[in-house]
Amino acid sequence: MPFLEMKNISKRFVDVVANDRVCFDVERGEVHTLLGENGAGKTTLMNILYGLYSRDEGEIYLDGKLVIISSPYEAIKLHIGMIHQHFMLIPNLSVTENIILGLPSSRGFLLELKKAEENIDNISRKYELRVDPKALVRQLPVGLRQRVEILKALYRKTDILILDEPTSVLTPLEVETFFKIIRRFTEDGLAVIFISHKLNEVMSISDRITVLRGGNVVGTLKKHDTDPNKLAGMMVGKEITLSLDKPCEKKGKRLLEVRGLSVNSEKGGKPLVNNVSFDIHEAEILGVAGVDGNGQGELTDAIAGLQPVSKGQILINGMDVAHLSPRKRIERKLGYIPSDRQRVGLVVDFSVAQNLVLKDFRDTPFSKQRFFLNRRQINTNAERLIKEFDIKVSHGNEKVAFLSGGNQQKVILAREISGKPDVLIAMQATRGLDVGSTKYVQERILEHREKGGATLFISTELDEIIAISDRIAVMYEGEIIGILSGGQEIDLERISLMMAGVREQKTKKSVS
Amino acid sequence: MSLNWKQITLSLSPVWATLVALTLGVGLILLAGLNPIKAYYALFMGAFSNIYGISSTLTKTTPLVFASLGVALAFKGGYFNVGAEGQLYLGGLGATLAGLYIHGLSPLLHIPVTLAAGFVAGGIWSVIPGYLKARHEVNEIITCIFMYFIGLLFIEYMASGPLFEPGAPSAMSPEIAASAQLPIIIPNTDVHLGFLMSLTLVFIMHLVLTKTTIGYQITAMGLNPVASRYAGVNIVKSMCILSFVSGGLAGLAGASEIMGLKHRLFDAFSPGYGLDAIVIAFLAKSNPIGVMFASLFFGTLRSGAGMMQRATGVPTTAVLAIQGLVILCVAISLVLPQWRPRWFRADIDKETPRKKENE
Repeated sequence: MPFLEMKNISKRFVDVVANDRVCFDVERGEVHTLLGENGAGKTTLMNILYGLYSRDEGEIYLDGKLVIISSPYEAIKLHIGMIHQHFMLIPNLSVTENIILGLPSSRGFLLELKKAEENIDNISRKYELRVDPKALVRQLPVGLRQRVEILKALYRKTDILILDEPTSVLTPLEVETFFKIIRRFTEDGLAVIFISHKLNEVMSISDRITVLRGGNVVGTLKKHDTDPNKLAGMMVGKEITLSLDKPCEKKGKRLLEVRGLSVNSEKGGKPLVNNVSFDIHEAEILGVAGVDGNGQGELTDAIAGLQPVSKGQILINGMDVAHLSPRKRIERKLGYIPSDRQRVGLVVDFSVAQNLVLKDFRDTPFSKQRFFLNRRQINTNAERLIKEFDIKVSHGNEKVAFLSGGNQQKVILAREISGKPDVLIAMQATRGLDVGSTKYVQERILEHREKGGATLFISTELDEIIAISDRIAVMYEGEIIGILSGGQEIDLERISLMMAGVREQKTKKSVS
Repeated sequence: MSLNWKQITLSLSPVWATLVALTLGVGLILLAGLNPIKAYYALFMGAFSNIYGISSTLTKTTPLVFASLGVALAFKGGYFNVGAEGQLYLGGLGATLAGLYIHGLSPLLHIPVTLAAGFVAGGIWSVIPGYLKARHEVNEIITCIFMYFIGLLFIEYMASGPLFEPGAPSAMSPEIAASAQLPIIIPNTDVHLGFLMSLTLVFIMHLVLTKTTIGYQITAMGLNPVASRYAGVNIVKSMCILSFVSGGLAGLAGASEIMGLKHRLFDAFSPGYGLDAIVIAFLAKSNPIGVMFASLFFGTLRSGAGMMQRATGVPTTAVLAIQGLVILCVAISLVLPQWRPRWFRADIDKETPRKKENE
């Protein structure tokens, strides 16, 4: 009988099934990895185990006994500890204070910092998790903060330790030490659940691996019975609808050229975008694949002028715009569909008509002498675009806040495409949309391509990228790891390996 | 149709809030053992029953309109200008300097120049926090308060030092040139041209905010600065201009007060008009027309308070309590319409399933 067993766990959010009858178990002294793409349901499953989400169906057995975990407090009482991707620490408190936060003290209202410090010292010496218990958390680098989180869990006498993408904040060297520490935990009889999508790390630390895809378990394997290629295939799935028929392969003018572009992090450390170069020609879509948060947002913001460029050039139609204002870049025919439509792409308290002229309300025909707004033109424009882009609203004066996500996205799409841009950047343009709206957005982007525009299409959905792109660039930790030409030769495993940070040994077909 | 009614009710929420505040004020006066109906009656009569009352009400309303327009404009564009009182003082100083040291101009020229001096001085006082906010993300509320104290003390120094009129009984400057003084528009009262100018500005600002590209840009910036930047608005530049104009309007409040009423710079010539302006802009939901009415309401409270005290013994400070209640009620009215749905939603989404499971 396994130490912890989760049986037939199901969890539905409003319209997505995040977990569909998932079975998962872990033994003392082993590292069991949950592997899968973003949105595969890994974190959901663990949040259920930790009591953050309630499950819709299924049971959890601990040591053979049925347990009900409806809050993290209960999870902690059952000696389950979870280290989240985003740390839950209070920066202005010391390490010790953070660790004992929420725990009762035997001295009633008085703190027992001394005793706690000793305990922490003992634990950290035992596992070689060296941290100064008196240091303030805000003074610690990210790697050490993670140690504090782990100490916090251990201090509460953890038997099961859940680590949600713990290596994403660590440098390769730190990862090595981190894995040594995990080994020490398992030697000590802890059960460790490791969530990741990085294949090489998974292969190095796991005893067993469970692959999730779309909320389902694809399979559970012993490490010795598998290899990265097999895992990648399981992660992505074979049944991918291959690319649409795209006519004309002859390359025209280069509309967008990015040369050695870097964006430095404000916090220092590794650049968020690191020496990225690519071209996009007339009537071409360059898809950018990659796990979310690998620099895609910074890359698009830098091209649009919302994030300062540290190094490199951005040429639109041959003219360097890397240090021009967003306005100047818009004037040079750059369109941008940002990933966060409500925060960046729209003024949600404005009407549809007002949002449709957000970028050109000063220009004719929407203003008279650039001073007075021309309401009639603004309304006519709205009526035209509402019809053309099939935006579901009763009239143009409706507030955008009342629209559905799909219709909000259509408002942005209408504004950006009707501006007839030469270069269109579409960042996560279909995220969170229903099937119909997704298809609509994709078709519009393909139409932009047919009309000769260049498109930079960023998505975390590999299927979508493959379906829509002429060429595919893969981004990992701020770098473009490789660019593959699209069409029939697309090799899924190759892309998913690259997405997980495995570099091509011999770049057969990398362009530019 | 029912939705329409709801919208009308919602947009009039400040009016309801004010009425609730006045009703609560009844309770306060009752607690003091006095007659609230008599007190309110006296307050109203004091403010409107005769030409002196009306004159006093309108002269007190004038600086409130100027300063509140400034604050309302700032709020509209997302600049939380709580330093209008300091900008008002600086505006007074600017006007005084132009009124004292420029000679030999006809009023037709001297008045605009003096007003402009007040506008610029107030604008400079406000553009400092505005620039720091836009460029360095410094919280403007704090810098505005700093600037307010600096301004207040600077005026005190100017009135008692460099500009002090020798032999004067208290801190005050000499009288400004007659050519810089605003003419009285209702004979035998204190109501000066500034009142008409303030009303004109109300309508200009209403037009600018609703009909022009500038108004569109300010509103967009106030509602969503991130999206405005994305759409190509130069936030730093726009914020600087906005804060300058906002402070300039508050400066006009001080300038018109000096030019139309006081004719000299005193060390504490404003009884807190710039502070009331924050409440008024808030009460008017930053709408210029609303600002006009809210300023009149606050002007009435200020001008009728004396009569109320003399006639019924309710102290003038009761008016401050009523003002406080207005703030409280308006603040509550702002969250009230959102409150129930949110609680409702949270209940359905999160709590219920978990509770079910526990049982």
